[in-house]
Amino acid sequence: MLDYTPNMVLTSDKQYKVVGTRPVRHDGADKVTGLARYSADLNLPGMLYGKVLRSPHAHARIKSIDTSRAEAMPGVRAVVTGADIVEPAGRASDLAEGAMINFKFLSNNIMAQDKALYKGHAIAAVAAINSHLAEEALAQIDVEYEVLPPVMRAAEAMAEGATLVHERLAGGHSAATRAGGILDDDDATQGTNVANHFEFRMGDMDSGFADADVVVERSVSTSAVHQGYIEPHAGTAMWHDDGNLTIWSSSQGHFTVRDHTARLVGIPVSKVKAIPMEIGGGFGAKLAVYMEPVAALLARKAHAPVKLAMNRTEVFEASGPTSGTEISCRIGATNEGKITAAEVHLTFEAGAFPGSPVPGAANCVLAAYDIPNTYIEGYDIVVNRPKTAAYRAPGSPAAAYCVEVALDELAEKLGIDPLDLRLMNSAKEGTRRPTGPLTPTVGYIETLEATKAHPHYSAPKDGKRRGRGVASGFWGNNTGPAAAVALVNPDGTVTLTEGSPDIGGTRASVSQQLAEVLGIPVEDVNPQIGDTDSIGFTSNTGGSSVTFKTGFAAYTAAQDIRQQMIARAARIWEVEPEEVEFEDGVLKHRADDQLQMTFQQLAARQVPTGGPIVGRGGVNPGGAGPCIGVHIVDVEVDEDTGKVDIVRYTAVQDAGKAIHPSYVEGQIQGGAVQGIGWALNEEYYTNDQGHMVNSSFLDYRMPTSLDLPMIDTCIVEVDNPNHPYGVRGVGEVPIVPPMAAIANAIYDAIGVRLTVLPMNPGNVLEALWEKNGG
Amino acid sequence: MPDVWIPAQMQRITGAPDRVQVEGATVRQVINNLERMHPGIKELLYDEELDDITPGLAVIVDGDVSQLGLMERVNDDTEMHFLPAIGGG
Repeated sequence: MLDYTPNMVLTSDKQYKVVGTRPVRHDGADKVTGLARYSADLNLPGMLYGKVLRSPHAHARIKSIDTSRAEAMPGVRAVVTGADIVEPAGRASDLAEGAMINFKFLSNNIMAQDKALYKGHAIAAVAAINSHLAEEALAQIDVEYEVLPPVMRAAEAMAEGATLVHERLAGGHSAATRAGGILDDDDATQGTNVANHFEFRMGDMDSGFADADVVVERSVSTSAVHQGYIEPHAGTAMWHDDGNLTIWSSSQGHFTVRDHTARLVGIPVSKVKAIPMEIGGGFGAKLAVYMEPVAALLARKAHAPVKLAMNRTEVFEASGPTSGTEISCRIGATNEGKITAAEVHLTFEAGAFPGSPVPGAANCVLAAYDIPNTYIEGYDIVVNRPKTAAYRAPGSPAAAYCVEVALDELAEKLGIDPLDLRLMNSAKEGTRRPTGPLTPTVGYIETLEATKAHPHYSAPKDGKRRGRGVASGFWGNNTGPAAAVALVNPDGTVTLTEGSPDIGGTRASVSQQLAEVLGIPVEDVNPQIGDTDSIGFTSNTGGSSVTFKTGFAAYTAAQDIRQQMIARAARIWEVEPEEVEFEDGVLKHRADDQLQMTFQQLAARQVPTGGPIVGRGGVNPGGAGPCIGVHIVDVEVDEDTGKVDIVRYTAVQDAGKAIHPSYVEGQIQGGAVQGIGWALNEEYYTNDQGHMVNSSFLDYRMPTSLDLPMIDTCIVEVDNPNHPYGVRGVGEVPIVPPMAAIANAIYDAIGVRLTVLPMNPGNVLEALWEKNGG
Repeated sequence: MPDVWIPAQMQRITGAPDRVQVEGATVRQVINNLERMHPGIKELLYDEELDDITPGLAVIVDGDVSQLGLMERVNDDTEMHFLPAIGGG
């Protein structure tokens, strides 16, 4: 066990033996000693190396592609283009996790057809005997482009007469049909860049604002930022003589890799086995598939395994960033601090294909508050940028930046402490959300109270130009189908196979739930991630869902083992199973205290008492409880250079039950740091031709440990009643509050409201100059 | 009878009110009965080819996203919403 003094606020007094402890993660030693294998580590006999030719233009019609010179090069074994990939119809299909996919757009994103829609869009790919030769072959592919003007920002794309990214894109008009499709040929409707526009209304806005004594309006703008995972996308594909395909890659869902690749290479899913490699970060962007179908197409043509791996520039230019946004809000309140009405307008850039996280933004933006009159509208806009991918609490951070800054202004105008204002208007169980449903059991008030009571909030602000800000963030959390199979070994250990790739320590948090039921040490559980042929369908590692849903599956598998062991003990003792109880890893006869047997003793006798004991859990649990995070930040602003330093940072969050508190804290710290980078430094910097000009980690500035203080954490535990141990997802919400909290702290320091992200030195100085009259 | 909340855009398309009481013991039955009351709404909520809720749409039954979709059982005091299915990151 790690030596640590917990910093927690508890609302439950349930005691556990394994749940809530901090064991060393099962995969830790392999990861820190370099034994763990990531997607690009795989090497197979006879393997070829693939490279992708990418568009040098942000928007261009592809007039022709001639691959003959590349194909004729010695050592080049295969070349593929958009002609080789299956291009399904444009209708949307559902995924089990709840994220919708349009396979035509997915296919077109993986390999361009008639148009290149962003700089870096894949045009062709080559497989050769080494990567240098593959790269040389790319230069021998002749592509004739008709360069078109790029459309880079939402406002430009929405303007009358704007250049269309897709000439035949249908506009949607419902939050329920968020990704636009392609218009039928005989449909006279004009194409559009507005893939979707939707609204949510609650109450009466006119009377709500009429009841307000104070009204605040705020508009903000955010730039596209990247998830910035350490490990670039990579995938290896190998065909077998029987037509089966094996894929090795790192992803947030190898069942998605299987399903999408099968669809795009035109074979049934039963012929594809996806093997999950370790994953070096994903944060949402590895829910999307980029390399695997292309590797499979190349491997099929070359009759040899093919590995494809992106470099960092390709990751920036061709894999999902999150949206740039334009967001505005208006909030009214009485002099006493009761919010009477709020409206929010959300415009999100989706990138080259429909499907920004604007529905997530709408779902989250006012959800933590009890406001009787609300209006939310969202726009999903296509532009000539890489297709956006999910990024930690998709949609919520940008939306919270606008509303949480406005709440700070409202608190100032009303002369009310900003946390008190939030407490006065906090949603609780039974509060109706702006999107309609009632709020379930939540810990919003407990989390706000814990923040207010934290020593950071009342600590003196030492020094000139120092300021303090607070902000809240909401995320609904997700669930989905999950599978776990547990094998009892004769030495009393348990081998646990689960279907969720482990990104944030979930081997441990899932194993702990199994160990708690069985009353064994978690070190006696050997967890592994099964491939798609070895474990039941498990939805993606996303939506902060794994410890909830896959933990639930492991809990169910453990209960299955428990029942089988009770039956075995009854058989040995020649009594009825009802006479046997299982407690803390010991089987006991209820009446005869001489009849006792440990889990380990019975494990050793499992074969002669009825064969191997196998526990199984296949679940699709509802009720993933939403959560809130509240952050406090102190900043120091250099008014000469505009540089903002984070001096102190505290993140308070409701975790339901923290199964492994260290990994909850790690998620909170990681999310906060990503939010700080989003707030202060990160952006896709593009030139007038739509080219990203900072596509390396030298120029795309993410915070390092040298830039930041320790991120202090405080876990609040308000049980989720829908989980055996009260789990809520924790991984996403900590990225939501930082931008607003930092903006509010900067205002406290220098009296300037920063309304454009990033709040880098240039933007801070410009705001200061404007305040000071130039 | 279950209380069904109709999304704003669907109200405009079908003329349905914002809330409507609809008979039915499952989500499927509720949608079928809703179609009789407000023709045209079913094709917005239901995908015939998939025999499932429209892709991208989640049905919320008594506050929770239903994991059973059309097969979810509902009660007389059930509250139902149709909202975008939110994935995560």
